Amino acid sequence: MKSDTITKYVLLFSSFIILLVSGGMIFSLLGDAVPVFEKFGWRFITSTDWNPTEGRESYGALPFIVGTLSTSILALLICLPMAFSTSLFIAEYFKKSAFSSIISSMVDLLAGVPSIVYGLWGFYTLRPFIVSLGLDPQGYGIFTSGLILAIMIIPYATSLSSEIIAMVPNELKEAAYALGATRMEVIFNVILPGARSGIIASFILAFGRALGETMAVTMLIGNANIIPTGLFSTGNSMASVIANQFGEADGLKMSALIAIGLLLFVITGVVNFVGKFIIKKLS
Amino acid sequence: MSTEKSSIDLTKNNTYRSVKDKVFLWTVIVISIITISPIVMIIGKLVWKGFRQINFSFFTAVTPSTFEAMTAVANGEIIPGGIVNGITGTLLLVLMASLIAIPVGIIIGLFLYENPGKRYADLIRNLSDILQGVPSIVLGLIAYLWVVKNITQGYSALAGSVALAIMMLPLIIRSTEETMKMIPGTLKEAGLALGVPYYKVIIKVLIPSGISGLSTGVLLAISRILGETAPLMLTTLGNPMINWDVTAPTSAVPLLIWDFYNDPNMVDLIWSSSLFLMGFVLTLNIISKRISAKSKA
Repeated sequence: MKSDTITKYVLLFSSFIILLVSGGMIFSLLGDAVPVFEKFGWRFITSTDWNPTEGRESYGALPFIVGTLSTSILALLICLPMAFSTSLFIAEYFKKSAFSSIISSMVDLLAGVPSIVYGLWGFYTLRPFIVSLGLDPQGYGIFTSGLILAIMIIPYATSLSSEIIAMVPNELKEAAYALGATRMEVIFNVILPGARSGIIASFILAFGRALGETMAVTMLIGNANIIPTGLFSTGNSMASVIANQFGEADGLKMSALIAIGLLLFVITGVVNFVGKFIIKKLS
Repeated sequence: MSTEKSSIDLTKNNTYRSVKDKVFLWTVIVISIITISPIVMIIGKLVWKGFRQINFSFFTAVTPSTFEAMTAVANGEIIPGGIVNGITGTLLLVLMASLIAIPVGIIIGLFLYENPGKRYADLIRNLSDILQGVPSIVLGLIAYLWVVKNITQGYSALAGSVALAIMMLPLIIRSTEETMKMIPGTLKEAGLALGVPYYKVIIKVLIPSGISGLSTGVLLAISRILGETAPLMLTTLGNPMINWDVTAPTSAVPLLIWDFYNDPNMVDLIWSSSLFLMGFVLTLNIISKRISAKSKA
């Protein structure tokens, strides 16, 4: 009897670790971000001036926020048709066939590639390809980063979407076929309405992944502390600026980088929360 | 006349619809093939450019100095040395992260399984989901603030493994809870009815019957953290020598890849190191798939 009570308490206390880690995370990030927010206030988010020179220090995170959002949104747009087609291939057209399992294990492989390897491939294969197409003389920038991010998030969007597409009841589809609908009409009039919110949630979660990706973007975005002016403009993202400038940071600059980390934490937290909320409502 | 016309219209319409259907099918097939083509190109490139560098010393020697590499490249030779300091560093980091995250994750997973539908358990589950979405670079910052600044007073392997452990934790919690839910409740009840203390039921019944699910979760979590670079840049820094001291800076394979990428003399080494890393990650993935397929069959 007594050992059961102890076991119960051990289980309960272990769950405090999650509370401690998540609470401690917010506490530490906030605590170390305070100096920069005290000094610059809202200007930290709205200013575009990033100048670590001693004496004339000024930190504005707007270029990085814009860089992160623009690369991630572009990644989402590119990922949409690709992940949607692939999940239809896996969960509808070739459901339970050898083709489907080949494609889905390849998609799983994509999920296993480390971020830095994506960066290398982007740098040595994708970037020269973009240069050779004449899209951009250097090949760095928002477009290249968005493209590599799209490839990186496709597995996340695909695996969840295909699960949800496979869950649409066969009776509904068969009823539509019996009325003479073609496969495409079934997809757009039966499957999509049924799986809509699940598919949207899977893309939201994939978007959340794109926001926090570091290495591949760092290697391809060009690391210029400016607000990107176009699709092929260079820029910098929140995660990359932390990775790039952390080494030589101290004092106020360190605080500024931690504040960017806090912003990134909040943005990804909200995006993931929305995605998870939609999925929870479904089940 | 009018019926005839409408039937002609209908057939026309039908051809149009079936052509549209076919076009859509082929679009889906073509886009799906384009979607998976990067993985073929990435693996192809790694094998093609990397295999030449992989030899015995690749696994036994530490990274060469820039000068050694430069001389070798200038003479058209293969760069000497290897990445053993990265391999031992990665092993150390993964081992310590696993030691922290696996027991804690399994216990928290058991807690969630034991308290379904309770508000507090839901809170823990949601927090763990949120933790899973935190970008790895932010976890690097956290480990820097907690461990590098306060515990080891400098860059250390311990800091890196704390960051990696926080990454692993939500994955292990989730897989433990899912696995436990699959075990028939009667097994647990049979043990309890015999008067076996609950902790013994956990150790002797629940964990052994869920071992394949648990190990799948652990292997997937390890394969997720193996290639992590960003959090290690902020915590373990790198080390040109083999290091087993948890309070000292340590290298890791992904960190070495980053160093090689930034050093024009060593750039040839990135492909073999990436090939090694990818091979490691993929092997773990395949093993975990095998285990879960076997347990389902």
